[in-house]
Amino acid sequence: MSDRITLDHGSGGKASHDLIEEIFLSSFSNKTLNALEDSALVQIGSERLAFTTDSYVVDPIFFPGGNIGDLAINGTINDLAMRGATPLYISVAMILEEGLAISDLKTIVASMQEAAMTANVQIVAGDTKVVPVGKADKIFINTTGIGTVSEGVEINGSNGRVGDKIILSGTMADHGITILCQREGLAISGDFCSDTAPLHQLVAAMIADSPGQIHVLRDPTRGGVATTLQELATSSQVGILLRETALPIRADVQGACELLGMDPLHLANEGKLLAFVAPEVAEQTIAILHRLPHGSNAAIIGEVKADHPGEVLLETVVGSHRRINMLHGQPLPRIC
Amino acid sequence: MKERQASLANHQLIPQLTAYLQQIDLPPLRFMEVCGTHTMAIARYGLRQLMPPAITLTSGPGCPVCVTATADIDTFIAASQRPKTIITTFGDLIKVRGSKSSLQEEMGRGGDIRIVYSVLDALDIARKNPNHEVIFLGVGFETTTPTVAAAVLTAAQNKINNFSVITSHKVMPPALEALFKDPAIKIDGLICPGHVSVIIGADAYLPLVKKYRIPCVIAGFEPLDIMQGVVLLAKQIVDKKSEVEIAYQRAVNRTGNNQARSIMATVFTEGAAVWRGFGEIAASGLHFREEYRHFDARHRFDLTITECKEPAGCRCGEVLKGIIPPPACKLFNKRCHPGHPIGPCMVSSEGACAAFHKYDTTSLHYPTPLSKENR
Repeated sequence: MSDRITLDHGSGGKASHDLIEEIFLSSFSNKTLNALEDSALVQIGSERLAFTTDSYVVDPIFFPGGNIGDLAINGTINDLAMRGATPLYISVAMILEEGLAISDLKTIVASMQEAAMTANVQIVAGDTKVVPVGKADKIFINTTGIGTVSEGVEINGSNGRVGDKIILSGTMADHGITILCQREGLAISGDFCSDTAPLHQLVAAMIADSPGQIHVLRDPTRGGVATTLQELATSSQVGILLRETALPIRADVQGACELLGMDPLHLANEGKLLAFVAPEVAEQTIAILHRLPHGSNAAIIGEVKADHPGEVLLETVVGSHRRINMLHGQPLPRIC
Repeated sequence: MKERQASLANHQLIPQLTAYLQQIDLPPLRFMEVCGTHTMAIARYGLRQLMPPAITLTSGPGCPVCVTATADIDTFIAASQRPKTIITTFGDLIKVRGSKSSLQEEMGRGGDIRIVYSVLDALDIARKNPNHEVIFLGVGFETTTPTVAAAVLTAAQNKINNFSVITSHKVMPPALEALFKDPAIKIDGLICPGHVSVIIGADAYLPLVKKYRIPCVIAGFEPLDIMQGVVLLAKQIVDKKSEVEIAYQRAVNRTGNNQARSIMATVFTEGAAVWRGFGEIAASGLHFREEYRHFDARHRFDLTITECKEPAGCRCGEVLKGIIPPPACKLFNKRCHPGHPIGPCMVSSEGACAAFHKYDTTSLHYPTPLSKENR
């Protein structure tokens, strides 16, 4: 590993994983943390709690489809939901840069409250710090969340089974391409919009319909679908085969990715989930997702295989196969 | 969604082309795809799996960042260390290592280096920062150079005198000739670069084809375009022909884009240039003409590089000449990977090593479309 922190360490790809393994896990190691799930599952008395924390530093803080506030609430709700939990309480800590407009802060806080109310969670604790100009970028938000997990719900990243169908709950790369175009001031025509959304309702509906048959859930945020599936192939020790023709993506997002030399499989999503489900319930799960607000483009994108354990393979549009690897470094634009 | 359906319909024609390639009798053949965008598309769609055993596809010198010599990278870095200077560049360049450092490392040390998507953005930065020198790093072939020339003309017209360019621009045909002349390199057919050919036209390859008798096909970048290119090359071999054919009619014609070439020729003139892996090739670089010398950063500032060191063990030069495939380099995917690139072919989004890394097919035991299970 390099001797200083670089932006690559925050990309959610290979460098982030190395950092977590070599620095954090080597010091903090314990059974719950080592599982590297979206949220930790801890038992308190007879209650099983899902517990998670996440910090938000997105730039720009306002973008089509949302802002740093609802992103921070939805992100934490989703981390809880990915263990099959019912999200209940959230704490909010803010680091504000001197000079931030109060009107901007009000807008952000209002959308946080709205996101919390939509998801039926309460913001019950908070903290505020202010730093001088240049010591932070406008606003950084940390959210921590708690939820309860019903008996019998066992959803985790090592629970993928050979034969499982892999579901993606909607089009990929919407958030990543929106932020990228905003940040770089790219005048690419396209009605891009972040997909930030809470996913706990999708999860609750899936579990209610097929108890015990939803094996793995994960939201493919930083590093995209590719990086998340790579993690799951490793933690479940299975092979994953994706079909390129089945991957849901908006035509304008696909076009922008091609123009910029980006692989949509590596771009972030903020309102999508990946699910490994038993093959017998795959079709009915898709039907359920299609009826819900954030699942209308859900699709079966591949399946879990015994071949190539720990690897993600893609069957391309022309029928050939190749491996999908984790994102290495920040995506760079192409030259010609 | 319509475009996607059309493109999927196109893909359905591919089995017919692979079937054709399977049934003709071919000697062992090495076809070179010159352009980095082809290299990427071939890897992305796994097109090597569709080739009959006789045909090997090898990548060539068509990645502009990759062929940029270490001395040029060092010059870029020296420019970034000047006071009150803003460097503007396409993103791929920043991670390429020079003798001692990279532009990305210089950014960490406080160098003002900005990634732009067009040279016009660089002009804009120059307008907005009149107290700074704004230098654009000019890397690219005939495809990119006309826009850089146009930016120089605009700067001259509008007297944007704090704008300049370090030109490392190159032209393609002399490099192809250098490949054909080299007895160590066996090439039986060329998949010529689609974008470059839009500018220079198909006839630009005629003298080479006449002299070296190597079949050439200009191809587009969709899987079907590339497969069609391979089929046309194979047909020329079977028919014992060597011609320049266009499999990219929707963009390329015989004579190219005269206007773009004339803008390029107004600002730049051909001269010797050093290519990574090749050394100096006569008339392969584009230098400023005397009347636009003012915009030549090499002329305006003292950017002399005294000593330059190639990265140890890096075999990018051989990859760029099609002598070895990326996995034959001992550093590939070991010490050299996109998180820690040693040579430029691992950095660039057009680089062969990056393509092999990103679209990895080593030791896959899934049935290929040509294996028995799928026939």
